[in-house]
Amino acid sequence: MNERVYEIGLTVNGVPRSATAPARRLLSDFLRHDLGLTGTHVGCEHGVCGCCTVLLDGDPVRSCLTFAITVEGREVTTVEGLADPDGTLSPVQQAFQDSHGLQCGFCTPGFLCTVTALLRDNPAPTEAEVLEGISGNLCRCTGYQNIIKAVLSLSRGVSRTAQENGAGNATTQRGSGDHVR
Amino acid sequence: MKPPPFDYHAPRTLGEALDALAEAGGDGKVLAGGQSLIPLLNMRLAAPGQLIDINRVAALDTLVREPGGIRVGALARHSRVERSSGHPLLRQALRHVAHPAIRNRGTVVGSLAHADPAAELPAVLAVLGGWVEVASVSGTRTIPAASFFAGPLESALLPGELAVSAFFPSLPPRSGSAFAELARRHGDYALAGVAAVVELDASGAVTSARIGCLGVAATPLVLDLTPYLMASGAFADAVAYVRERAEPDGDIHASAGYRRHLLGLLAARTLSEAHATASSPGPSAHRITGGTTDE
Amino acid sequence: MFGEPIVRVEDPRLLTGQGRYLDDLGRGALAAAFVRSPYAHARITGIDVDGALDVDGLVAVYTWEDLPGRVGEPLPLLIPHPALTHGRTAYPLARDVVRHVGEPVVMVVARDRYLAEDAAGRIQVTYQPLPVVVGIEKSASAEYLVHDDVPGNVGAFLVQEVGDAPAAIDAAPHVLEFRLDIERSASMPLEGRGVYARWDADDESLRVYSSTQTSTSVRMAIAAKLGLPPAKVEVIAPDVGGGFGVKIVHPWPEEVLVPWAARLLNQEVKWAEDRREHFVSSAHERGQVQFVRVGFDDEGRVLGLDVKILHDHGAYTPYGIIIPIITSTQLLGPYKLGAYRAEVTSLYTNTLIVTPYRGAGRPQGVFCMERTMDRIAAHLHLDRIDVRAANLIQPDEFPYDQGLIFQDGRPLIYDSGDYPALLRKARDLIGWDSFGSLRAVATAEGRRIGIGFACYVEGTGVGPYEGGHVEVDSSGRVHVSTGLTSQGQGHQTVFAQIAAAELGVPISDVQVTTGDTRRFGYAVGTFASRAAVMSGNAIALACRRLKEKALRIAAEALEADPRDLEIADGQVYVRGNPSASIPLRTVAVLSNPLRYAFDEEAQRATQFATGSSPDEPPIAPGEEPGLEGKDYYSPVRSTFAAGAHAAIVETDPDTAEIRILRYAVVHDCGRLINPRIVEGQIHGGVAQGIAGALYEKMEYDSDGQLLNASFMDFLMPYATEIPRIEIDHLETPSPLNPLGIKGAGEAGVIPVSAVIASAIEDAEGFEISAMPISPDDLFRLRRH
Ligand SMILES: Cc1cc2nc3c(=O)[nH]c(=O)nc-3n(C[C@H](O)[C@H](O)[C@H](O)COP(=O)(O)OP(=O)(O)OC[C@H]3O[C@@H](n4cnc5c(N)ncnc54)[C@H](O)[C@@H]3O)c2cc1C
Ligand code: FES
Ligand code: FES
Repeated sequence: MNERVYEIGLTVNGVPRSATAPARRLLSDFLRHDLGLTGTHVGCEHGVCGCCTVLLDGDPVRSCLTFAITVEGREVTTVEGLADPDGTLSPVQQAFQDSHGLQCGFCTPGFLCTVTALLRDNPAPTEAEVLEGISGNLCRCTGYQNIIKAVLSLSRGVSRTAQENGAGNATTQRGSGDHVR
Repeated sequence: MKPPPFDYHAPRTLGEALDALAEAGGDGKVLAGGQSLIPLLNMRLAAPGQLIDINRVAALDTLVREPGGIRVGALARHSRVERSSGHPLLRQALRHVAHPAIRNRGTVVGSLAHADPAAELPAVLAVLGGWVEVASVSGTRTIPAASFFAGPLESALLPGELAVSAFFPSLPPRSGSAFAELARRHGDYALAGVAAVVELDASGAVTSARIGCLGVAATPLVLDLTPYLMASGAFADAVAYVRERAEPDGDIHASAGYRRHLLGLLAARTLSEAHATASSPGPSAHRITGGTTDE
Repeated sequence: MFGEPIVRVEDPRLLTGQGRYLDDLGRGALAAAFVRSPYAHARITGIDVDGALDVDGLVAVYTWEDLPGRVGEPLPLLIPHPALTHGRTAYPLARDVVRHVGEPVVMVVARDRYLAEDAAGRIQVTYQPLPVVVGIEKSASAEYLVHDDVPGNVGAFLVQEVGDAPAAIDAAPHVLEFRLDIERSASMPLEGRGVYARWDADDESLRVYSSTQTSTSVRMAIAAKLGLPPAKVEVIAPDVGGGFGVKIVHPWPEEVLVPWAARLLNQEVKWAEDRREHFVSSAHERGQVQFVRVGFDDEGRVLGLDVKILHDHGAYTPYGIIIPIITSTQLLGPYKLGAYRAEVTSLYTNTLIVTPYRGAGRPQGVFCMERTMDRIAAHLHLDRIDVRAANLIQPDEFPYDQGLIFQDGRPLIYDSGDYPALLRKARDLIGWDSFGSLRAVATAEGRRIGIGFACYVEGTGVGPYEGGHVEVDSSGRVHVSTGLTSQGQGHQTVFAQIAAAELGVPISDVQVTTGDTRRFGYAVGTFASRAAVMSGNAIALACRRLKEKALRIAAEALEADPRDLEIADGQVYVRGNPSASIPLRTVAVLSNPLRYAFDEEAQRATQFATGSSPDEPPIAPGEEPGLEGKDYYSPVRSTFAAGAHAAIVETDPDTAEIRILRYAVVHDCGRLINPRIVEGQIHGGVAQGIAGALYEKMEYDSDGQLLNASFMDFLMPYATEIPRIEIDHLETPSPLNPLGIKGAGEAGVIPVSAVIASAIEDAEGFEISAMPISPDDLFRLRRH
């Protein structure tokens, strides 16, 4: 039973990369194990946790729900490609450090990719837009407080005082609970 | 949780795709956005022998506004349709489908083909009375929403058939739509949901009131509530009727009784919201303007 | 430095994808997968592996029959206890009988995980189903047994007692009796478990990486199982993507089998747990039923409390009965009761094992005590906080002996605290006294809101010990190591803060290593909010030793009295005369008399360069070469942190949705090493608490199938489900340790279910006795 393999080429973080893999190779595994880019993490392999989120032609997608071969030839950005080539952290990365937006760091690459695209598309998100934007990423460590704070610290729409008050301004009430929308 | 092996086909044209599907027969599966199929593969709950990946069939990546509605090609992703369809109900519903990253891959037509009874889009297609265009090597056919959803996770598609596009009719002037659902977590499949459409005549009287319900039956449940809404003050009766007609199952997330209860609330909310929009003066935001492309 | 909210030193690595978690290692290693039982209770009647044999890339298939000697024996019972009369542990691979869904039956090794799963899927195991025991009541009824030789399904029976509670209750003016339930949840770190092993045949040594909370103990267990000298086994916890308790259990079957197979095959083998495996093969916690009887006076003072606790410990007891021990002791909280009795019956069921999850039995205990306080207040028509205040231990009563034995086998003596101040602060923070007007406004708008309150005491920093090692190298870098492991708590930062403050060096010169047995062999592990207390103090003590030595050597070089020396910014200098100074790195060079110079700096320590006395040995008796310090911290007993939480909750009159409008925390963990990191711990804990109160539970059906074994159906909250968390601190130093600190890791989670239940009860006006609570549950309660 020999499985057919394909030479799969992608542009990853601006660099053309390729490896040989069967059609069923998930993009997450292709990046991690075939290309050795282990910054992209895998937390559920069924699309819920968001740890594996990468940017496909700039848009966040679940690499665990994408076959590498399907996106042959396209551009993928992973967490390894967010910082400057000289190692300077991107504004999003820096904000996560400054706001203590990570603990174990396992969910972090997915959040960073998601937030990078979010702020590119909407440089001044409100707290509600930030919540919607990161609502597909689980974090078990931080209770999201400082992740939200980090993203809001980059939002051009949120005033400094509101930021200093913590995660958003004190008058908006973010509730837990179920959602009638 | 790794997918099982399969033979992989990457057609570039519709013809190639249909050939591959025909050859695969019952052993073939279409891969569109993969946001429902790949989780099943990863959990090894599905193991198709042949996978026909339609992602390279550029001809399917379309979103066309036609006079009577919007035609969504099989490769149009949720996020694009949400941004550009110009169809208010579709937009209202798509906001509730999963999370942004999933919507960047998942397709509208894939969601219809997947026929999840808790999914939003089947209910929308059903309440609008839309249809799905289907092709196979032996020709094409049009399947109206009313017969497209055959059961839970079961569409009317036959082996060898590809859903090429779905047509969502636009709403007439002086109409309004609304969508509401309740999910345990933001982005989850709903416990219950309602897509409502209310149409008025020139005098502002209700001429039609329909809802499409999700999560409360094996397939989207469309109910015509026109008689109730024509009689003013019959809202409570409408709600009672809706609750009576629903056949929800209880599961670990909610009992049947609770879903039924919610459905009534959501029906009342969406109907009054749709009615309010329909009655509000000003240019009808609900018409889809003509044209062919988007963005 | 100490006490400052500095940013974390581990972050740049983790933010750029340079973290190294278990599955990031061993790229070429073979992959293991397991055939796991689909039945909750069954006899294995046959295993047919033939179908797997033609899978390309298959390397090996093992069943229990293949496991030699100690590898095939049951896994260890880690924490024996006299009350655990019928402890039982599993075999690494099932032998004859499986007792929960997910129990490993066959191990497969293949070229990669895809192929290993292909092969596993083709192995046919036949089972003869046996009657299934699910749920505490069914277990207690003992109609069917989980283990044939455990009568009544009772693993342990434990009584904790001070005074004569039944008599005190009988004599009390008021008596209440009720039942409380808490369901199962789980730690659920986003990184699953994982093991990666490399056997070096030439050296006959084994290196194992494990995503564990205790590398030192995993090492001992593997050495024992494989019959290797511990010196030939290295275990390293790499970056760990969260633990929250589940990764303290060891050795997991896979931690024995993967190294064993790696050695047998003489090839690298790795197993990275997937999410589905994690749901059914790791561990859960929290499921308990409690029957409460309480007697109290007119002011609400508890005269006697009698609690019968039924604890579901799952199919096996590898971690002993730590959870119910903690529940039954920490239940007392900040209160002094007239008399107390807790009776624990710990029961077997055909479900996954139950081992500590952040909070470890405390959330259940606090739920019991705080619900009791609310019931008393309701019964007497008193304010809920006033009733609590009437029962508090007062600041002048410390140390306060509760008269019980705690989880560390030591007396339950609270070391310090100011509970009235905690209550006051929490009351102010949430605006308890003005809530009435808030409610009036809401009611007028047709909304329903309620306020809830709960407090807790948490024994932290349990022994027996931790150690620290500090070394200054000849380039001035400070290497700190400790044996316990990290899973995101920022240990590299806080331990560096401690070392930098103790030694007077810039924090950028300090590098911290945790959880690597190559660097530090003796340790216990990271659990029970003990890391900062235990290793933090050990590292401080080790630094003090190093400093003493550094000052001695520097004093000689500077011809000064060591008592006149100080270290700042990496320089040892004479107080009042900064020009007389010597860098710590030079002291490091001088500390190691050399024959051979390896660089220019080192020449200063060679035989013809030092000016040491010709009449004395280069190393004085009792001295050691090198600028190092090593010490251990071993406390007589735990130190007790405390806190009070309050919340305002809104319940939707129509949909029964439950929304937390405000959540307030007042927390006392002694001196804060890094407030930012402590707050982060609280945030995460509270979020897990909210998850357990409103969203998460393990749904077993009566056949023992876990119905929600995925993130689709196990409802871990997203950002959209967690409210903003407001925090205030109180700092009551611990008198028990040199740094005056108390643990903070678990606190956030402990009282949340109690607080939310209290608030929902207040909003709805009927009793809430079971958590978690979903909108559907609330909807049903309303109809009753
Ligand atoms: C975490 C998560 C949350 C989600 N939440 C929701 C939600 O709240 N609501 C919701 O509606 N959906 C939800 N989804 C599913 C998502 O919307 C999917 O995108 C959608 O259901 C299927 O679209 P797809 O393009 O990904 O289809 P695929 O996964 O590629 O295919 C799904 C099925 O449809 C078939 N199929 C697809 N396209 C065609 C075609 N053109 N012709 C014939 N057969 C076809 C496939 O063979 C397969 O059987 C969620 C998914 C995830 C992972
Ligand atoms: S690993 Fe892809 S979403 Fe969880
Ligand atoms: S930081 Fe650990 S899961 Fe988010």
